[in-house]
This record gives sequence, C-alpha cells and structure tokens, in this order.
Amino acid sequence: MTDTQWPLWEVFTQEGQGAPHEHAGSVHAVDAEQALQNARDVYARRGKVVSLWVVPSIAISASTPEDVGPFFDPGNDKPYRHPQFYKVPRGVRVY
Amino acid sequence: MTTVAPAQPPTDERERLADFEARIAAGESIEPKDWMPERYRKQLVRMMSQHAHSEIVGMLPEGNWITRAPSLRRKTSLIAKVQDEAGHGLYIYCGTETLGVDRSELVGDLLSGKAKYASIFNYPTLTWADVGVIGWFVDGAAIVNQTVLAKASYGPYARAMIRICKEENFHKRQGYEIVATLANGTPAQREMVQDAVNRWWWPTLMMFGPHDAASSNSDELLRWRVKRFTNDQLRQRFVNLTVPQAQAVNLSLPDPALRYDAETEDWRFGEIDWDEFWQVVKGDGPCNRERLAARNRAHDDGAWVRAAAEAYAAKHAAAAGAA
Amino acid sequence: MGYGNAPDEPEFGAGSDAPARVVPDAPAAGPVVRTHTSGPGDNALFEYLLRLGDDRLILGQRLAEWCGHGPILEEDIALANVSLDLFGHATLLLKLAAEVEGNGRDEDALAFLRDAVELRNVQLVELPRGDFGFTIARQFLFDAFGELYFAALARSTHEALAGIAAKAHKEIRYHLRHSTDWVLKLGDGTPESHARMQRAFDELWRFTGELFAMDDVDRAMVEQGIGVDASTLRGAWRDRVNAVLAEATLRVPDDGYMVGGGRLGRHTEFLGHLLAEMQSVVRAHPGAQW
Repeated sequence: MTDTQWPLWEVFTQEGQGAPHEHAGSVHAVDAEQALQNARDVYARRGKVVSLWVVPSIAISASTPEDVGPFFDPGNDKPYRHPQFYKVPRGVRVY
Repeated sequence: MTTVAPAQPPTDERERLADFEARIAAGESIEPKDWMPERYRKQLVRMMSQHAHSEIVGMLPEGNWITRAPSLRRKTSLIAKVQDEAGHGLYIYCGTETLGVDRSELVGDLLSGKAKYASIFNYPTLTWADVGVIGWFVDGAAIVNQTVLAKASYGPYARAMIRICKEENFHKRQGYEIVATLANGTPAQREMVQDAVNRWWWPTLMMFGPHDAASSNSDELLRWRVKRFTNDQLRQRFVNLTVPQAQAVNLSLPDPALRYDAETEDWRFGEIDWDEFWQVVKGDGPCNRERLAARNRAHDDGAWVRAAAEAYAAKHAAAAGAA
Repeated sequence: MGYGNAPDEPEFGAGSDAPARVVPDAPAAGPVVRTHTSGPGDNALFEYLLRLGDDRLILGQRLAEWCGHGPILEEDIALANVSLDLFGHATLLLKLAAEVEGNGRDEDALAFLRDAVELRNVQLVELPRGDFGFTIARQFLFDAFGELYFAALARSTHEALAGIAAKAHKEIRYHLRHSTDWVLKLGDGTPESHARMQRAFDELWRFTGELFAMDDVDRAMVEQGIGVDASTLRGAWRDRVNAVLAEATLRVPDDGYMVGGGRLGRHTEFLGHLLAEMQSVVRAHPGAQW
C-alpha cells in the first residue's frame, strides 16, 4: 500500500446559533469520525464554533468559471426579484 | 539582473493572460477553478508549499524547549504556539492542494530535501531565552511578511493568511514578554537573553531574502500581487519596528553600524553576511541535516500508523457497502 | 458505538451519606515537616490533590514530547490539544493543593522543585511514550478511568474541587473519544498495528491496578465527601475496556501482579529522568522569575 496523507475533507463551521455554516478550510482524515475530530482540533479549538460539518472533498460538485454567464448573469437584469424595485407609500407597513 | 522573456503564447492564451492580469490589477481574487497561467500556478505552489514547510520545520526549534519550559504558564503557551504552527502549516498545505497537488507529494519534497523552507529554522535553540527571542524576532518578521499576504491574489492563500494573522499576534507578544521578563531578571537571565539576541538578529534579517537586485522571482510576483513589497522594504520595516522594542528592554543589537536616519526616519543597519546566507540556503547551516532527519524520522515512524488508519477505514467502508 | 453513553454513576463513597461541606484541613502552624509517606489526617487533602495533579502533570509532559514528531500533522495538533488540557487540569489541581498546604508554595514550586520521591502520580503515566500505539493504549486506559473518576469527583463536597472536576470531565470525554477511535483503528488496522497494540496493552496492564487502589488518604477523603472511591469504578472501567478492545480485535490481558507505590512516591526510574529534563532550567536559576 502506498503511503498517503489520507483523503481530503472540507470543513464547514457554524459560529453561533442561527448562523449559516461557512467553509473554514480542509483536513485530512480516513473517515468521518476522524474528520470531525480533526476539524474540531484544527478549526474549532479557539471556541466560537457550535456546529461542524465535514464532507469528503470529492463529494463536492461546483460550478465552473465558464458557467458564470449562463448560471449567474440573467439575475442581473431582473430587478423585480429585489425588494428595492417596489415602491410603497410612506408610513405603510408591508409585513 | 536580466530575465529571459518567455516564448509568446498563442493569441487566445495572450488574451487570457491579459484578462487574468487585469483582474489581478483590479484587486480581484483568483480562485482554484479560474484559468491561470501555468507559471502563476507553479509560483504559487512553490511559495505556498515553502511557507507551509517553514511552519512545520519551525515547530522543531521551539518544540525543543517544551519539555524544559520553566513554568506551567510558559509551557502551555509554548505548546499552544507550536500547535498553532502545525495548524498554520496545515491551512497552507490545504490551500496548496487546491492547485492540484497532493499533500503527500509536498511532504515528499520536503523530506527529500528538494523543497526549501525558511532558513531561520536551521539555527539551533540553545537556551530558554532563544524561545523568547524567536517569538519576538522571527514571528515579528513573519508578521511583517504576512499581513501583506492577507491580500494576496490567490483566494485560498489569502484566506489561509487571514486566519493565520489572527492567530499570530499572540505568538509575538508571548515572545516579547519572555524577553522582557528575562531582561528584567537576574544577571544570569539578562546575559542569557542578550546572548540569544546576539545570535538571532542577523539570521532574522536574512529571513527577508537577498537584496532586491539579487532576487530573481520578484518582478513577476509583484505584478501578480503575490508579493507586494520588496525584500529590502520589508526588512527595513522590521528593523524600524524592532529597534525601539529592544531599547525598551535595554537590550543591544549586535550591529555597530546601527544608527537612526532622521531624514528618512529609518534605522540604518550594517551589511548582512551573504556568504552565511547562501551557505545555509544551500544546506550547510548549523541544523539543516538535523531538522530534516527529525522530520524524516517522524514520517518513517508514523508510516505504520497512517497505513493502519487507512486499512481500518477500507475494511469498514467495505462492510458498510456490503450491509 | 455509544461514545455519548455515560455508565451508571457509581456510588460516591460506598454507603456514605454525603455530609455538609467540610472545611479542608487547617494549615499547620509553622513549617511542615514533609515525610515521604504522609499518614491520613496529616494534610490528607493536600496529598490527595497532589495525586490528582501529578497524574496529569506527568502525563501532559509525556504527550508534549510528541510535538513535532507525530505520525501526521493532524495528530500533532490532536496530541497537543490533550497535553494542553492535562496541563490545565494539573495547574488548577496543584494550585489548589498549594492553597490547601498554605505554606507559600505555588503550582510552579510544586511542579518544578519536588524530587521524584515527592511526586504522587501513578506509575502508568510516567512510562516513556514508546511508539504511537503505546501512547494511545496508555491514553485510552487512563482516559477510560479519568472519565469515570472525574464524573464522580464533580459531585465532591469540596466546591473548588468539584468545579475543577466538572470542567475537566468535559475535556476528558473528548480525550476518550480520540483515544478510543485510535485503539479501534490501530487494533483493527494492519497486522503490524494489531501486533503493536497487543504488545502495548500487554505491557501496560500491570500498571492499571494502581488506578483503583485505595489507601488511608483516599478513605479519609471519601469519608469527608471530598474524594472518590476508585475501587468502585473498576467494574465500569473493565466493561468499557473489554468492549473497546473486543471491537478492536484485541485480547484483554489477564489480571496478574499489579505494580503500585506511585501514590507514596515510589516510582520507576523513568520519573527521575523526566523530572531532570522538566525541572532543569528552573533548578539552574534558583529564585528566578520566568
């Protein structure tokens, strides 16, 4: 068996109740239990983390820069998706 | 120093290169899936892996004093610092891996002696005072380099550096506190820390690399925003920060030529011994062999452990698959 | 695999009704004559706290030796984490011990200026670190014990000690999770790792009895509602060790002769060398501040 540094995992941390999980970085590990422990030691030992996700890096599918046009540009000219597009009389509550 | 212009790439490639350099000039981040010139990728792999290797090898000179740290507080601070260095190496290795190279290859290059790391770590730590002086000088120098890298053009590198900069401040402070305590201590302690300063000052100045004129990679790295100031600029900045700190604790620096230039507001300093610099870079410093031997031993001793973990995971993944 | 399942909590001091909070022994008037074997009632609480603190001081030191030499970068970080926690526990316990002694010593004086015969750790923790398997096996045996012990100690009638124990217990649970995972991976890994682990447990087994031994100091602490009856923890400890080793395809060694004496300052030759290294800088500069 060749000597490896173990598979790569991506780590996501949640830094408070209600916050989204954000990408913190990567660790190497052979399985999920080890990845969780390593992620905790590397990315959460200074506290402030309440939840951890670990995902094998190969499990992640990502858009590519070539996708930027077709995937993301159409959004730029559809302002009706944004609240600022709509005018509401002063003093009226909308929610 | 003359550089040879690379052969002109095809038009399409030249357009891409122009786009790429425009993005960088506009302050944008380059991410792993973006098109990048092969030279950029190579330079970054080299820079980032050297940086990571430096963090890992850097654990050894300070690690040398963990078991002998002279108080529980100093001991735990030092373990935490060395642990941080391992973590920093890890962040940067992971950042390097986004450029398509496996960590086992990077580790292999370090262990075989093929890859470089900061030469400062090829000097021995001879007394407890060395630990303080390293935190003060070496981490101080690293901070001067690193705050700049937090805005590097390559996204994963910049993000790793932001994380590192947050953690780095305690390292320098810890070092300086040790130095101040010793400088204000018994005569033997004062002598210990002054001796450490005398041994570490010049190697620290060498950390910033050769004079700008002698530095082959600089122009490209500056243009690609992987480097933002020159070696000499950063070295001067470090000296300007550090001299007053030495004065504050009544320690002298081993440079008879050191004097303040009121016009430029710089501390002018003497000439570095470049023979020593190149000697150490080429592998003939005081501890080069010992550092690599220690890393190789840890790697070799750990081979059965790494293999066992993989074997276990393979067995259990197979079992889960069969279930 | 039930990492989170706490075993049934053992009786805290067999058969005792926990008394109201007891004031610790008043400090002796005048300098204390330190003998190598303190009798019960003669600063028993001080002795007890030294035992708890010294265990973690010495084990922390052994783990710290791995810094920069671990089998993979992630483990350098993990072992440093355990070491730091252990030194944290040791600092709090020795600080409390020094206060109880009331003789002007602090935790550093206790850590750096006592000789081997004055240390009160079990021999298990002073053994050299060996290979990674040996370190893990020792850590697992000690963590499995510590998890039970500090869960009980968190209910001590001594408020400060209970507080230290409660905080430490959280960290010990994480240590146990780490060492358990490695026992499994190394025991059930490759033939080589399996052999190394079996050898490690076989070698370590005779040092485990000391963890559960009780003497007059322990009994005095239990009577006062301050300390834990370690002998009542052996069953739960064996259950966990049996379960983990079985899952790791390892054989639990037979109980045979058990070494002892650490609690009374009778140590292996290894401790002297550990202390010589650990204390060298402090002893070279008497009276200096660091």
